[in-house]
Amino acid sequence: MGREVAESCLDGLMIEMVSAYCTRFYASKPELAARRIEAIGYQVGHQLSERYTMERPRFTDHLEAIKFICKDFWSELFKKQIDNLKTNHRGTFVLQDNRFRWLTRISIEPSAESTDASSNDPSLTAENKASQTTNMHLCFPCGIIRGALSNLGIPCAVTADISNLPACSFVVRIKA
Amino acid sequence: MAPLPPRSGDAVFANIERVNAELFSLTYGAIVRQLLTDLEEVDEVNKQLDQMGYNIGVRLIDEFLAKSNVSRCADFKETADVIAKVGFKMFLGVTASVTNWDADGMSCSLILEDNPLVDFVELPDTCQGLYYCNILSGVVRGALEMVSMKTEVTWIRDMLHGDDAYELRVKLLKQVPEEYPYKDDD
Repeated sequence: MGREVAESCLDGLMIEMVSAYCTRFYASKPELAARRIEAIGYQVGHQLSERYTMERPRFTDHLEAIKFICKDFWSELFKKQIDNLKTNHRGTFVLQDNRFRWLTRISIEPSAESTDASSNDPSLTAENKASQTTNMHLCFPCGIIRGALSNLGIPCAVTADISNLPACSFVVRIKA
Repeated sequence: MAPLPPRSGDAVFANIERVNAELFSLTYGAIVRQLLTDLEEVDEVNKQLDQMGYNIGVRLIDEFLAKSNVSRCADFKETADVIAKVGFKMFLGVTASVTNWDADGMSCSLILEDNPLVDFVELPDTCQGLYYCNILSGVVRGALEMVSMKTEVTWIRDMLHGDDAYELRVKLLKQVPEEYPYKDDD
């Protein structure tokens, strides 16, 4: 077992990151805030995947790399694997975590529909303000997955779907 | 019912939910880097890190009190010891030492020799004025404010700038007496 810190430290950091970008820096430009948070995740994913694949042979195809994300990579981050993996065999993969830790640790509104990390409605009611915050939080893990795959030579777009809380699905679309 | 005995930092840390420290330190590093890009001014980054820390400290104090069973400290000396031995340990898994007390017992230094925030970090020359760990000073300040202690927390030594340890100077400015009943707007 490697070094550990209390989970509340990481929770606090993520909450403050989202709050700083959404309320202090880009309060009126949620799409910019989302992009910054995603970029932070990207960097983390890129570095972690570099570290976790150091002693491994190269992956021979996309599926192998995705399986690495589902098993080893997810286990390092969340002490569990992705529960379900689906693919259309044309470059789209759906990674479902039945109980996504980062959503169970932050309080969110269950009214949130399927989300896209890059779409944000500027005319917000109080109710979908909460769902916007959730979407912002999800930009971070989406960025982590994109960064990790990009480090493995696989450019892609990643979005999150939380229509089945507390399950969370990450949709990976590999760029041809 | 008799109050539960205070628990040691080790005991709390052993039972608390924990995560991979690598994920934590790389996330913090990525945040600092993004702030440097977006805010451009190092001073502004220091300020934001402190603010983030303050907000975290304000929330973390509840978990600290609930899990450590620490009761009211007799004086600031005891408070500093508890932060160093229990607070740092239960959240970051490392212990700080307390030294350099001033004559009237109002300010002291917390020394960290091991600091998970800075694993994998090297600062480029362009970041000379950056207090990379400024979030920590904010956490201490925020947490203490919630237990009625106004403090000023500053960095004296920083290993990222070539010093041999991290030294955080904590100065008690004012102990706000608790007032009952609390007013809504307080």
